[in-house]
Amino acid sequence: MKMQEKHIGASMNRVDGHQKVTGAAKYSAEYELPGMSYGVLVGSTIAKGRITGLDTKAAERAPGVLAVVTHLNSPKVPGFKPVGKDPSQPATTGGPLKVFSDNEIRFNDQPIALVVADTLERAKHAARLVRAQYAKEAHQTDMKAAAKDAFLPTSAQKNPKSPMADYQRGAADALQKASLKIEQEYVIPTEMHSPMEMQSITAHWEAPDRLTLYDKTQGTIGTRRDFAREWNLPEENVKVIATFVGGAFGNALHSWPHESAAIIGAKVVNRPLKLMLTREQMFTSVGYRPYTWQKLAMSATPDGKITAISHESIGQTSTYEEFTESTLAQTRMMYQAPSLSTRYRIAALNVGTPIWMRGPGEATGAFALESAMDEMAHLLKLDPLEFRLRNYTDQDPERNRPWSTKYLKECYQMGAERIGWSQRKLEPGAVREGDWLIGYGMGVGTFGAHRGSAHVSAQLLPDGTAVLQCATTDIGPGTGTAMTQIAADALGLPPEKIRFELGQASFPQSGSQGGSSTVNTVGQAVQDACLALKDKLRELAGAGNPAFASAKKEDVALASGYLTLGSNAAARVPLADLTKQPGAALVNVESKPTGNDGQQYSMYSFSVHFAQVAVHVLTGEVRVRKLVSGADAGTIINQKTAANQMKGGAVGGIGMALMEHAVIDDRYGRYVTKDFADYHVPVQADAPAVEVFFVNQPDYHVNALGTKGIGEIATIGVAPAIANAVFNATGKRVRELPITPDKLV
Amino acid sequence: MNQFQYVRATKAQAAIDVVAKDPNAKFIAGGTNLVDLMKRGVVTPQKLVDINRLPLAKIETTGTGLRLGALALNSTVANDAQVRAQHPLLALALNAGASPQLRNMATVGGNMLQRTRCTYFYDLTMPCNKRQPGSGCGALEGINRMHAIFGASSTCIAVHPSDMSVALVALDATVLVSGPKGDRRIPFGDFHRLPGDTPEKDTNLEAGELITAVELPASPFTKHVHYQKVRERASYAFALVSAAAALDIDGNNTIKAARLALGGVAHKPWRLTAAEQVLVGKPATEESFRQAATVAMQGAKAFKHNEYKLRLAPNTLVQALKTAAAA
Repeated sequence: MKMQEKHIGASMNRVDGHQKVTGAAKYSAEYELPGMSYGVLVGSTIAKGRITGLDTKAAERAPGVLAVVTHLNSPKVPGFKPVGKDPSQPATTGGPLKVFSDNEIRFNDQPIALVVADTLERAKHAARLVRAQYAKEAHQTDMKAAAKDAFLPTSAQKNPKSPMADYQRGAADALQKASLKIEQEYVIPTEMHSPMEMQSITAHWEAPDRLTLYDKTQGTIGTRRDFAREWNLPEENVKVIATFVGGAFGNALHSWPHESAAIIGAKVVNRPLKLMLTREQMFTSVGYRPYTWQKLAMSATPDGKITAISHESIGQTSTYEEFTESTLAQTRMMYQAPSLSTRYRIAALNVGTPIWMRGPGEATGAFALESAMDEMAHLLKLDPLEFRLRNYTDQDPERNRPWSTKYLKECYQMGAERIGWSQRKLEPGAVREGDWLIGYGMGVGTFGAHRGSAHVSAQLLPDGTAVLQCATTDIGPGTGTAMTQIAADALGLPPEKIRFELGQASFPQSGSQGGSSTVNTVGQAVQDACLALKDKLRELAGAGNPAFASAKKEDVALASGYLTLGSNAAARVPLADLTKQPGAALVNVESKPTGNDGQQYSMYSFSVHFAQVAVHVLTGEVRVRKLVSGADAGTIINQKTAANQMKGGAVGGIGMALMEHAVIDDRYGRYVTKDFADYHVPVQADAPAVEVFFVNQPDYHVNALGTKGIGEIATIGVAPAIANAVFNATGKRVRELPITPDKLV
Repeated sequence: MNQFQYVRATKAQAAIDVVAKDPNAKFIAGGTNLVDLMKRGVVTPQKLVDINRLPLAKIETTGTGLRLGALALNSTVANDAQVRAQHPLLALALNAGASPQLRNMATVGGNMLQRTRCTYFYDLTMPCNKRQPGSGCGALEGINRMHAIFGASSTCIAVHPSDMSVALVALDATVLVSGPKGDRRIPFGDFHRLPGDTPEKDTNLEAGELITAVELPASPFTKHVHYQKVRERASYAFALVSAAAALDIDGNNTIKAARLALGGVAHKPWRLTAAEQVLVGKPATEESFRQAATVAMQGAKAFKHNEYKLRLAPNTLVQALKTAAAA
């Protein structure tokens, strides 16, 4: 039998690349419906208090205005229940902030009115005419002040086994007794996801009980669930379409007030309504990486064995939702520390709710842990790579069980060679080129190799095309492309004969795209669905050809328009015969982890990042000259898109390390950085050559494909690699990001 | 955005007449800043007089130096052979600003007239004396990392954002304007104002006056020049601090003449004449540059978040001088 060409692992071009670069790809704000109306949100100008007066007359009289919706006239949203007593329980949907349901202001720029007009320009103009009076109350937006009131998240109060609960292993007094130790505080400022596509939604009530949403979301099923609940509708009455998503980095993992507002507005004017947030509103309305304070103490033996670690963290949340993330997860399992404690707290501010931002809490925690590793190595006069090797874990020290796979040592070696680690000097400030000091640093990342459950349908059409459907989204990693490759191999069809359709809640359901889990989960479901489809074809063929009826499904192949049997050259059934009856060659498969691998093994992806930086001696400017990012992420489905993800994550890490910093003027509780002039993300000139490599060893404990996930580890560990390189260049340790020139000059 | 009238001028005098008579009318050229300000409601002109068709885009060498038409594009000026040969410092400063797309729209006159990027100026809910006289200065006790260390007042601590103007003030440029009362020439150093108690006025232009050209005198600063711009990222950001340095150095490495200015430190491009004097007759060495930088910083005063500029500004000046001397 001729070997099929293998598509998994190839650098295949994106299946939707042509659509994207030619503008044919339609994003949620690009759907045009007859009678479209346009919504613009008016935000509060205080951070806490109550609305005591609203003057909407001028706005209502402005040309083209169809409605001004506020808490005074908003239709009752049936799913908006009174605010629950327990803020850890997301109250109904739309996020627990029930837009236009009361006069209470919980954060600055909270929507207080939705102006709907027949054109966007008219809606924008009228929105300026809305006037509000407030009874102001004292707000708190300063984490330094709020930290004293930090609390254990309710989820951990209720469940001592929660990953947010306090953790202790070994001796509680190990650090106290140690002589060789460090203790430092680290701060990550608030950072904004800043996707290219701003959040947008087109809401269309096709009937009083039928709602269609073209929405920017990372999870069509979650969005459907949220808004079906909000309006007490059967889920099948709510259509959610997110065929293309222009980047999200986590901020479309939550249903936000603007989505609820657009649906309310469409109901009020009884026309389809389009609403796109402004860039300014992106800073206040759709989450962010929370400001996080951390304290990390570490002790070691003189020969470089860590004896104890303690790691505390306080992250910010809003007053109406408890947001938590796994800031301390990496610390518990990355290094062999016999005594270790972690303590996670959150503090509530008068701000919008945070949401996972790429790498999420792990990237925040890794800044502290990987900086501390560098600090300890320096204290010990040890090479930081050697220090990490001396504390390498061959099994999970948190759960005392083997890793499913771990090739981090291989990553270390491959990365060190590529960056030229041997040129790194132990003493900081030792290498100078003209007016620039040169330094090298490294940082390590890890993230759980999560696999959930997903449904995928697969159908062979009479023209020989296999169509697969799944509700998953593709926020940019190239999901459609990877799935096409998996399907091509599983069916033995060329990729041109595969069509993978995604981004609609009406398709077979899957979780949201987040947490590096899509290929692990949906990828496996695609493979399973394709194999099931082959078996279905065998079964159909078996009705007229007994050879197929008794054949093993592994022996069946699709070749040149026929179903064939490897062991029987005479057995050939035209595929056209099997697809004649509509819907005959169709399977719908649910795929989820089976067996107890998840209990027996700890499953993680790993990454290492090496940075070479130059720091100007007089101006304190930092330039990343080279980044090497390597991953142990299991099987790589597509070398090109995977490398693309790694590079994007690395550039995100440059932003985190050197420039991203959202600032609130606490007197007003209002952001002063609300556009890209004041909030800097890296530009092309800041992005050096990023050299990416993969170990590419399968992990069959995760799934049959052997994948582990890439998206998060691409960012986790980059910022400390750069911070450590800055220290190596200058001898200055910056523990509060970003490392801007003012901190070095 | 408010509704406004738009008229296209074909004659300078007609444009001037309209704007002089109507306090709610404004000239518009590239619009790279004005349109942003209108979108945000920071300025709300009722009439825009488009001057792009006026014949003011020429760059020409005159008997006394170089004349830049007010409508010459930033990119055109930066790439102009005469400019690059006679005033390379200006080309460097222009190319340090904005992005190629913006430089392809922005004009010489518009660049000079761009407003501060102070966040309090842009946010209508915050106090700002420049936007709304008498409302207070949000930055004074607020977030003032980007703000002035020279010449600020209790009413305004904003800085002027232009890179081009830093080079022009160093190079002793003159601004040519036409107005309802006729034509006049304004030395570049007198064009922009310090905030004093009228921070709403950025410049000394009178109502209806139109910038027609900028003249640069012939100068010896054709080789040893540099524009050093320090920012948090490698491109496309306003300066934390910038420095323009132009040196005339003789065969014995002695400085015959110097022109220095700083950007990102004051309400106007900040010329450093005292520091220039320090350099004259001195050897072009880092030690001399450091002495000049020390003099340059006399009178500097920092606020809560911009204390770093007291170190960054002299360092940036020294770096600009070192690079200029080595050029």
